[in-house]
Amino acid sequence: MITRIELAVKEEFYDPEAQSIVAASRDLGIDSVESVCFYRVYYLLGDLAVAQKAEIAQKLLADRVVDNVAIDEQLNQCDKEAPHWTVEITYNRGVTDLVAQTANKGIKDLGIAEIQEVKTARRYEFVGKLTGDQKAIITEKLLMNKVIEHVLQPDETIFFPTREVPFEPVHVPLAALNEQELQRLSKERDLFLNLQEMKTIQTYYDQLGRDPSDVELEMLAQTWSEHCSHKTLTGLVDYEGKTIDNLLKQTIFRVTRELDKPWCVSVFKDNAGIIRFDDTDNVCFKVETHNHPSAMEPYGGANTGIGGVIRDPLGTGLGAKPVMNTDVFCFGPVDIAHKDVPKGVLHPKRVMQGVVAGVRDYGNRMGIPTLNGSIFFDDRYIGNPLVFCGNIGIMPKDKCEKNVVAGDAILVVGGRTGRDGIHGATASSGELHSESEGTWSGAVQIGNPIVEKKLVDTLLKARDQGLYRAITDCGAGGLSSAIGELAETTGARVDLDKVPLKYHGLTYMEIWISEAQERMVIFVPPENVERALSLFAGEDVEATVIGHTTDDRVLRLYYNGTLVGEMEMAFLHDGMPRLVRKATWEPVITGSDELPEMPDLNEALNHILAAPNVCSKEWVIRQYDHEVQGGSVLKPLVGVKNDGPGDASITRPRLDSHRAIAVSNGLNPKYGLVDPYWMAASAIDEAIRNIVAVGGNLERTALLDNFCWGNTDKPDRLGGLVRAARACYDLAKVYKTPFISGKDSLNNEFQNDAGETIAIPPTLLISAISVMPDARKAVSMDLKKAGNSLYLVGRTLDELGGSHYGDYLNIVSDRVPKVDPEEALQTYRALLQAMQEGLVRACHDCSEGGIGVAAAEMAFAGGTGLDISLQEIPGSEVLERDDIAIFSESNSRFLVEVEEKNGQRFDNLLSDCACKKIGRVMDNNTVKIRGLNGIVRIEQDMETLKQSWQKTLGW
Amino acid sequence: MKPRVIVLRAAGSNCDVETKYAFDCAGADAELVHINRLKEKSVRLSDYQILAIPGGFTYGDDISAGKVLANELRYGLADQLTEFHANDKLILGICNGFQVLVKAGLLPAVDFTKAQSVTLTFNDSGKFEDRWVHLRVAADKCVFARNMPASVYFPVAHAEGKFVVHDAGVLERLKRNQQIVFQYDNPFGRVEYPMNPNGSVDHIAGICDPQGRILGLMPHPERHIDPTQHPQWTRLGAAETGDGLPLFRNAVRYFTD
Repeated sequence: MITRIELAVKEEFYDPEAQSIVAASRDLGIDSVESVCFYRVYYLLGDLAVAQKAEIAQKLLADRVVDNVAIDEQLNQCDKEAPHWTVEITYNRGVTDLVAQTANKGIKDLGIAEIQEVKTARRYEFVGKLTGDQKAIITEKLLMNKVIEHVLQPDETIFFPTREVPFEPVHVPLAALNEQELQRLSKERDLFLNLQEMKTIQTYYDQLGRDPSDVELEMLAQTWSEHCSHKTLTGLVDYEGKTIDNLLKQTIFRVTRELDKPWCVSVFKDNAGIIRFDDTDNVCFKVETHNHPSAMEPYGGANTGIGGVIRDPLGTGLGAKPVMNTDVFCFGPVDIAHKDVPKGVLHPKRVMQGVVAGVRDYGNRMGIPTLNGSIFFDDRYIGNPLVFCGNIGIMPKDKCEKNVVAGDAILVVGGRTGRDGIHGATASSGELHSESEGTWSGAVQIGNPIVEKKLVDTLLKARDQGLYRAITDCGAGGLSSAIGELAETTGARVDLDKVPLKYHGLTYMEIWISEAQERMVIFVPPENVERALSLFAGEDVEATVIGHTTDDRVLRLYYNGTLVGEMEMAFLHDGMPRLVRKATWEPVITGSDELPEMPDLNEALNHILAAPNVCSKEWVIRQYDHEVQGGSVLKPLVGVKNDGPGDASITRPRLDSHRAIAVSNGLNPKYGLVDPYWMAASAIDEAIRNIVAVGGNLERTALLDNFCWGNTDKPDRLGGLVRAARACYDLAKVYKTPFISGKDSLNNEFQNDAGETIAIPPTLLISAISVMPDARKAVSMDLKKAGNSLYLVGRTLDELGGSHYGDYLNIVSDRVPKVDPEEALQTYRALLQAMQEGLVRACHDCSEGGIGVAAAEMAFAGGTGLDISLQEIPGSEVLERDDIAIFSESNSRFLVEVEEKNGQRFDNLLSDCACKKIGRVMDNNTVKIRGLNGIVRIEQDMETLKQSWQKTLGW
Repeated sequence: MKPRVIVLRAAGSNCDVETKYAFDCAGADAELVHINRLKEKSVRLSDYQILAIPGGFTYGDDISAGKVLANELRYGLADQLTEFHANDKLILGICNGFQVLVKAGLLPAVDFTKAQSVTLTFNDSGKFEDRWVHLRVAADKCVFARNMPASVYFPVAHAEGKFVVHDAGVLERLKRNQQIVFQYDNPFGRVEYPMNPNGSVDHIAGICDPQGRILGLMPHPERHIDPTQHPQWTRLGAAETGDGLPLFRNAVRYFTD
């Protein structure tokens, strides 16, 4: 028997959901929507008495103060006289319905055991004359995402009986296949293995004298996928007549090895890179991408992106407590017309709103502050947005190493296994196309942050009690990847029928490769199993013994006692043929357009402040809880009204100490279109100078790299990557900032229905983490006090390539900002010394939009004016025009506020650096910038500038 | 003797550690305890002097914020809670904890039988927001607010913090009984969004029971213990302590003085 309970906010209260639908309909150009009523619907399966239904409605589902409720009938809050239309949306089968699960618990808590299952839906009632087309547009573009949801039909079956699938071991005949057939097999089974790899597998099984089982083949495809093995970056690359043997080893790993910092505890071997924090603790940091899932289902994709990366520190060493999230996104332009969005692609605004909501809901519910991030917009991300999620954890020093031995029990802990995310690892290594949203639905899932929160809380307890010896996360590739990697040195036996499932009907193969979220694997000594199980049960966390480690380096999978897969670890991990790829690079943009006559720079400054890549991201930042856990010292928004753009965030991971970590990022795809080398150099410089700007500690700064590139089968794309990797080596070497972790995501291309392939711009995200001895030395970017002096630190050059001002003038230039790391390092050290001595009242780095934007931001963040002159600034000898001086995006520069009385000491400390006193903070509201000859070029009311900066994304 | 504080955890509690830390800084002996321990009676509420329900998203705030935990208290632990309150002890609910207190029947007054008369519902802005707010403090009635300055600065971080009442009589009684402890304020002018960050009626941010021993509030005092938590400490200079510490000290002093 099915009961339907419907709720709505009473008419006298404001319903934000309904109002947002009205506004969004108008956004879609449908003005005839007069009003919307929104109803929350619960379907309950079970033989419920009338009194029980009422009890559920009143005691659990409805809030008497604000809700109307109806049982087995529809509420009617719309004006029925007016033309209206109603539509009800529900989740597709198999998609996680979190609210339904909680409602099920809540009903059982009321003592109503008759309840069997719950499902939720949302009903919308629209008042206003709408055409059929308009209804379809609203439904598809606003109310649901067909990847996970559908319109509920009147006669639809809501609850399905579960059914068992008969167990049947499957073998895949390989021996007789020719090359073409091997390739077809790879494609048909979504293995994404190339011919050479398929042939290697064929030969291996020939030698064994048998065919692979389906699960063995899937395991190989997953382990050998680009996502899991990084075969491009660790393969062989032909470049400029030479062979690069393992690009990562030659650049990123190499610089870390050469720098050989004693405070690097564990780098490039565990799920996150670990560095020393203080005498008792270490911190670890990991940044991942979740691009393709976010393209198809932005909310679920970003949700599971952040959920996934939180499990990386949790699976590092013996587990770290997550203390901070970061997120960086690249989207298509949010103001693009709907008609210009390619078929099969969600509108960038919808992608952005979904991604932000996904990160928000997961991070906030987990109680992890999201403190650092940025957003970058470009046309080429329309079909393939990028979603970088990062997490930092803290762990005791003696919990940083795993110990994998034979004979330990293998436990899966946390969420149950379902059909979600099958083929995520292999699919993410392929290209998106306009049909992706249909074919990939299995790869999309929705996270359950509360399950993960419980998992974190209990695992850290188990860690501190020493109950397990090794831990890792189930990420891409699921159990296959987790156990395959963790038991590499021992071997393992796994009984797949023991794995707890969300629902019946999964095959053993699906159980093994499912990417269901919120699961971790731990290896527990036999004598601790009982204690571990009782600890997890004590907080309602599911934990199950599913096998044990062995000593023969073979992985054996059983289902109901039958051997269904047997794999030598040696072949699984070392059997993959190495890729040989060609790389070439030639500059796409050469030379620079003639600059037009200098326009009014006031207008230019307002325009650049309003540019999506510069403007305020307050709409996003405020939706993240950036203060939970109580550690935040410098928040992402700073200044007299708490709304100025901070350079880096600082947090204290331990409340009883003022030791802190500063975190920043650098990303500049626009420079990459000119030269990926200088893009990478700029990104590293930007991340580091943001750390410097807040008073971080350059001696204890580590970097993370995340490469997102197009299809590296294409030599020009790979050539750019080689150049970027080389810059990573060169810059990190001079700055003495080791890389501790990284990740790459290749094949970020989108094929539209006309068959054209659009690659993303080469994109390198650099994240920096710095351990500061005393957070109380931190410096913020807002101007503090009229009368104080302002200094420009660093050299300004004629570098408008890839700049915002270049965009404003509509010119193309190859003069992309370069970096002189030796000179920059000297400057950074001197400036940090001045900060340690307490001489610096405010500091802001000059980046996008140059000195002009930095000065404006400092002024409106501080709520006070400034008057500066660029006469004789360092580098002015090569500068020919005031607009270049004001808007050039040269690296390694800062605007610095110093009290008059400290001027001399500051001058002395920076005497060997490019540094010039350029003006002072004014007791008025005017931002005044004079050019190279002292002529006033910018004179603007600070509030005007602030409005320009805030309006673009002031949703 | 340090008063013992039980910081009650459930699935999705996430401000438990800093709430414990705030009580410890104030001189209490605080402990994190999972609600299952109370249900199975391996831990007894009566062994503590202060019950704190911290912020978070218990059970995901699915259905409505704090509802499922509130029902666990209302239908599972009502007797223990009634006795706890009758024995002159203190109860504090912050953010999600406040939502739990009003839905469980502990605020505006302890009564597990009467229907709910106030609630915390979706912000008028329609979204979760993290921002700092000025609060006007009415220090007379509530134990937690005694001798606090007339204005304090705490952050809010919630999506469902709009305080509303079932009918005008409820609000009238809250005022008459001096149960309104914290109100959103604007020291520089009219109180409107975002100074009142959620659209609460009468700018109500926190209320106490008629005896002043149960306090629920949406803003987070435990996030302003150390002076460097203030969003403008780099401008204003670091104060000696954060504005939130006195609230926890008041609770401790109730048992030590």
